[in-house]
Amino acid sequence: MTLKKVNSGALTALSILLGLVWLAPLVWLIGTALTEPSFNMSFIPTTPFTTDNLTYVWNAIPFAQYYLNTIILVVVTFAIQFVTSTLAGYALAFYNFRGQALMFVVIFMQIIIPNDVLIIPNFMTLSEMGLIDTKLGIMAPFLGSALAIFLLRQHFKTVPRAFGEAARIDGANLQQTIWQVYMPCAKAAYMSFAVISVSYHWNNYLWPLIVTKSPTNRTLTVGLAIFAKSKEADMQWANVCAATLIIIAPLLLAFFIMQKQFMNSFVSAGVKE
Amino acid sequence: MNRISTAAERRRKEVLTAWGLIAPALIIMLIFTVYPVFRSVYLSLTKYRMGMEAPEFIAFDNFARLFRNATFWKVMRNTAVFALYTVIPSMVLGLALAMLVNRKGRHIGFIRTSYFYPSVMPMIAIASVWMFIYMARNGLFDQIMIAVGVGPLNVLSDKDTVLPAMAVMYVWREAGYLMVFFLSGLQSINADVLEAASIDGATGWRTFRHITLPLLAPTTLFVSTIAFTNCFKLADHVIIMTEGAPNNASTLLLYYIYQQGFTNMNYGVSSALTVIMLVLLLVVSMPRFFSQDRKIHYA
Repeated sequence: MTLKKVNSGALTALSILLGLVWLAPLVWLIGTALTEPSFNMSFIPTTPFTTDNLTYVWNAIPFAQYYLNTIILVVVTFAIQFVTSTLAGYALAFYNFRGQALMFVVIFMQIIIPNDVLIIPNFMTLSEMGLIDTKLGIMAPFLGSALAIFLLRQHFKTVPRAFGEAARIDGANLQQTIWQVYMPCAKAAYMSFAVISVSYHWNNYLWPLIVTKSPTNRTLTVGLAIFAKSKEADMQWANVCAATLIIIAPLLLAFFIMQKQFMNSFVSAGVKE
Repeated sequence: MNRISTAAERRRKEVLTAWGLIAPALIIMLIFTVYPVFRSVYLSLTKYRMGMEAPEFIAFDNFARLFRNATFWKVMRNTAVFALYTVIPSMVLGLALAMLVNRKGRHIGFIRTSYFYPSVMPMIAIASVWMFIYMARNGLFDQIMIAVGVGPLNVLSDKDTVLPAMAVMYVWREAGYLMVFFLSGLQSINADVLEAASIDGATGWRTFRHITLPLLAPTTLFVSTIAFTNCFKLADHVIIMTEGAPNNASTLLLYYIYQQGFTNMNYGVSSALTVIMLVLLLVVSMPRFFSQDRKIHYA
């Protein structure tokens, strides 16, 4: 056996070992959520399997409502971003006009300033608009997405011009050209952005926490935080783990099934040229 | 009336169309990205707290008062220390993980997945789990410490260990995220270059130091801005784990903004803090300005 082979074997072993270390918190989370509560925290569950924790928290917290709210939020946000970004991305890809520079400055600003740091002024704007404690209020700051516009612009530019021209000659108007010719050509970009947008809004916490006041609008993350910080949950890790599992399960499952698509999406979001 | 449209008219129509297309996105972005920046700058120069009818102009008093305030400096120090503990370690670890999984193999997809999955979990879920890991006595960490004879440390309640403990959690989350950018950077390095180096007799460390690392420079620069930005915009875990305790030892800048704005209802001061945050973000994003004209390939 050559040195190279020994090395490669050792690296494989190391990478698997690290993988197990990385998975440990998740393994513990799932194990604890699905077993009877114990006093001491143990990595390998020592108590029998049960779904009582899940049933208990599902009934103790209005999770069904929070699920519905989160799904509405994620879907509607993406749908609106889809439309606004497609139109803007198309304009920036194919038109030369005064004001283009302004748009690029705004895009650049949004890319370097995460929404979370603007909570104070945005909260004021939202209250002036009367959108506090509404789903629209949670979505509003995200409905024009610099990232999506940029991603789509880059993608549209790679579509051969002949496609658009051919459509025009066949009598297609602008809207038809955008939605029936260019949009289908950029499926990969939409997929990437969908993954990023859905993950972001499913997991987002600070902004929904500030905007929502009532259970009718709260998201899963806000609901989990309220539960985790309540007296009821004190030391009750079986219940907190069960609640956590309920909110992370859908996205985590999607990720494990489509891991390649997820990771590529996050990388393509980093392409800023 | 049948008239032939002139070039100027056509051009005018085109410009109008373009504005029409960008308008929906642009309006939202002006309201929620551009305007709040200017509003923060304006409010930072005013006295404005709950109960006041309107902001009162006081020039730089908010800043002057902050700069004389010990808590402010503590928060800035915490933020700097937290960045120091997390940015470079998560970048180094991210690169190391990327090099470990930059090969083909049966299980490689699964291994990459196990490093990356924390990135698709909400920070508050991660914080709830790690809060139990760090919990005094009964938590996993303290049980290990008891077993090896160190005794319970209760790391989240000690002013000297709370930030390092949070940093470990954050590096665990962030390393896998940064890994995917390094991985894509590594994969864009031409295999011929590496082969040429090995023919010339370069071995592992020298190849890494003189070929891989320089070729990765654009990726590294880009990753550093993401790493800094992500670390500054972090408050969720503070809300869940400590609320700044003990005695503001774990208060980070964004949490401080949140606290000043929504607990103390002091909009002037929280706006001044927001302006400081914006300056920090601008500074760490500088590499992006400079790297624009160089060609960077990520994928």
